[in-house]
Amino acid sequence: MSLPAPPATEPRTITVALIGNPNTGKSTLFNALAGMQAHVGNYPGVTVEKKIGRVRVGETTMRLVDLPGTYSLAPRSPDEMVSVDVLLGRQPDVGRIDAVLCIVDASNLERNLFLVSQVLDLGLPAVMVLNMYDVARQRGTEIDLSQLAQRMGIAVVPTEAHRRIGIEEVRQAIARAALAPAPSHPPLFPPHFYQECASLSRELPNQNGNAVPMYLVERLLLDVNGHVERSLSAKGVVNLNQRVAAARERLAKTGFRVPVAEAKIRYGAIRELLSGVVRHPPERRATLSDRIDHFLTHRVSGLLAFVVVMFLLFQLIYTGARPLMSWIEAGQKIVRAGVAASMPPGALQSLLCDGVIGGVGSVITFLPQIVFLFLFIAILEDCGYMARAAFLMDRLMARLGLSGKSFIPLMSSFACAIPGVMATRVIENRRDRMVTMLVAPLMSCSARLPVYLLLIGAFIPATTWLGGWVSLRGLVLLAMSSVGALVAIPAAWLMKKTIFRSETPPFVMELPAYKIPSPRVVLYRAYDRGRAFVQRAGTLIFATAIVVWFAGYFPGDHRELNSVQARIQAKASASSEDPSQNAELSKLVERENELSSRLIEQSFLGRIGHAIEPAVRPLGWDWRIGVGAIASFPAREVIIATLGTIYSLGSDVESGDQGLIESLRNARRPDGTKVYNVPVALSIMVFFALCAQCAGTLMTIKRETNRWIWPVFTFVYMTTLAYVGALLTYQIGMHLG
Amino acid sequence: MMNTLDQLRVGDRATIVDISGEDGVAIRLLEMGLTEGEEIEVIGFAPLGDPIEFQVRGYRLSLRANEARRLQVERLGS
Repeated sequence: MSLPAPPATEPRTITVALIGNPNTGKSTLFNALAGMQAHVGNYPGVTVEKKIGRVRVGETTMRLVDLPGTYSLAPRSPDEMVSVDVLLGRQPDVGRIDAVLCIVDASNLERNLFLVSQVLDLGLPAVMVLNMYDVARQRGTEIDLSQLAQRMGIAVVPTEAHRRIGIEEVRQAIARAALAPAPSHPPLFPPHFYQECASLSRELPNQNGNAVPMYLVERLLLDVNGHVERSLSAKGVVNLNQRVAAARERLAKTGFRVPVAEAKIRYGAIRELLSGVVRHPPERRATLSDRIDHFLTHRVSGLLAFVVVMFLLFQLIYTGARPLMSWIEAGQKIVRAGVAASMPPGALQSLLCDGVIGGVGSVITFLPQIVFLFLFIAILEDCGYMARAAFLMDRLMARLGLSGKSFIPLMSSFACAIPGVMATRVIENRRDRMVTMLVAPLMSCSARLPVYLLLIGAFIPATTWLGGWVSLRGLVLLAMSSVGALVAIPAAWLMKKTIFRSETPPFVMELPAYKIPSPRVVLYRAYDRGRAFVQRAGTLIFATAIVVWFAGYFPGDHRELNSVQARIQAKASASSEDPSQNAELSKLVERENELSSRLIEQSFLGRIGHAIEPAVRPLGWDWRIGVGAIASFPAREVIIATLGTIYSLGSDVESGDQGLIESLRNARRPDGTKVYNVPVALSIMVFFALCAQCAGTLMTIKRETNRWIWPVFTFVYMTTLAYVGALLTYQIGMHLG
Repeated sequence: MMNTLDQLRVGDRATIVDISGEDGVAIRLLEMGLTEGEEIEVIGFAPLGDPIEFQVRGYRLSLRANEARRLQVERLGS
């Protein structure tokens, strides 16, 4: 679609890093600049998302690197170090940075400029974008742009990214800045400080032949127990801590007190810079945002509003996503039937119908929930409510050792853990984010419901009390839906005491001003999350489905089944009204189901089920339930189809299927005793409440953490919990009779 | 009169005098602009009494009481 570039001039690529505080509209600006074609990945070894886009400006190709939102460039963790490394050109998979684009909230310049002040210390060409310029103007703030640019020594561009205003000017300003030599800024700190840095720098060993960059030496002195100090002393720099401490002590004697000095000096310089450049309205009026805030954080109205918001969230998922999910399921059935009819029965047909279509289906059935949940979360984030929700819920979550920011991801997990795990990105503290992510799959998601409904319907008596208001079935359903959340409390506590031990992270949170959410931002966010899920977790979920199909199909002699299925196909397409034909057809179907049942018993899956029978017997299970549990690894609700196959009913059964309920009630062991009773049913339900039989969640955890260890850990700990829970349930149940 | 920031009431305004500690919490508070001499106002408390919402440097900030306790402040007469 673009014209071929004239060959005379050499195409040039410049790399530009985008950095800014959270809530400045940085992602929106990134999308406006780079379009939708961003490449998303992870930086090696950390959980930070790497997002790189490309855009052409005249002859120049611009590579845009979106760095995570941050308030400061003083790294305290490996994740925070990534941004510093990228800016210093030390991140090999990004390369040298030619210019930095600092995005600031025009209505909140003072605090936003703290980060800019640190960025300018890196000595890179820079452009400052005053985003949400319209909001600042509406509030009566006047900014003298040319004076600001002159004092800062860099280009300043006002934008309204969500309306795409000022975007072209930003592109041009970057292209100009990257060409020009880096501006020099007068040193901010007193000369003693730079002298200490220089002498400290001489004592530091070279890294890969390069001296430690001066910015990092400055950070070493300024950040008490910061990442630079810790990583250098971990690399075995002799006496580092003592030397740094001595230098800090000498500085303190000159009145430069670490860590207070940096903030004091930078904020002092910022105030001086802004004086006469920014004029605020003489008196702070109570804005509409203030009044909304008062209502939404009020003891009574705030909590009520919060309950309403949470209710809407669930309502939206159930009424919005449910129909879409059933359409997807229906569409899947139609495609499957079409494929089945168009080829002879056999391994290929089964691979396509049960493996491929089932696998694709298990990826896209999650999509409506993910998209709807992120639509909702994006609206909450963009209007400013998300931070208030965390504010309201913090005290409650702090009792569990987490913060208010964990509430929405955990709440979302009651619908589906996949978007819940993806939503943990709002938690910037790694420890809180990891713990939230790892307990999120314990929340009772909607995929568990069919399992509960089937077993409750089959085995729990329909006893009611108080004139039908309280039913035993309802109570069991409630208990099963809450057991995961109850177990999550000690699980989270234990994880924080063992694998994620660290100091309690600060819960210092900005409460952004309320605004009307931008449809473009909201829709893009939902689209982006949906795409990220399909691209990044989808392939893994699909692969899992194929593996489980393979284990359920091989080994086994499918010849008779194939011929029976071929006859069914022929009969069904003849579509006769003759009752004798129909009787024959149903006989064939019966034979088909019987053969399928035998084949699954002979398959790897069936053999595994038999092999683990001694392990599941204390739970009250037989090998069939074992097979069902294993086969449901792609998703919990698969157990219903598996049980349908095993009990010769075909895989096309649903949780309310009377045939399946009868088969379960009448299933017997070889010695003639019944397989299922109330304790067995409860044991299966407890197992499914606590187990990690959901490939989608595990693969999403892999993608979010960028490590295999965490999905493996989640699987192991949840399966252990599930086993112990089911064991206790069955054994106690049997003792109580 | 000297107080810690968590002891103030809704509507109180105060000047920050000092931040105690050198750990991540103290550094974060400094980065967010809670520096010596700065004025801070209590906007409100969360329904369960914690955290607390403040206005500082023209923006709204939420701190837990045990973080606000780090800040020595001097209350300003209304």
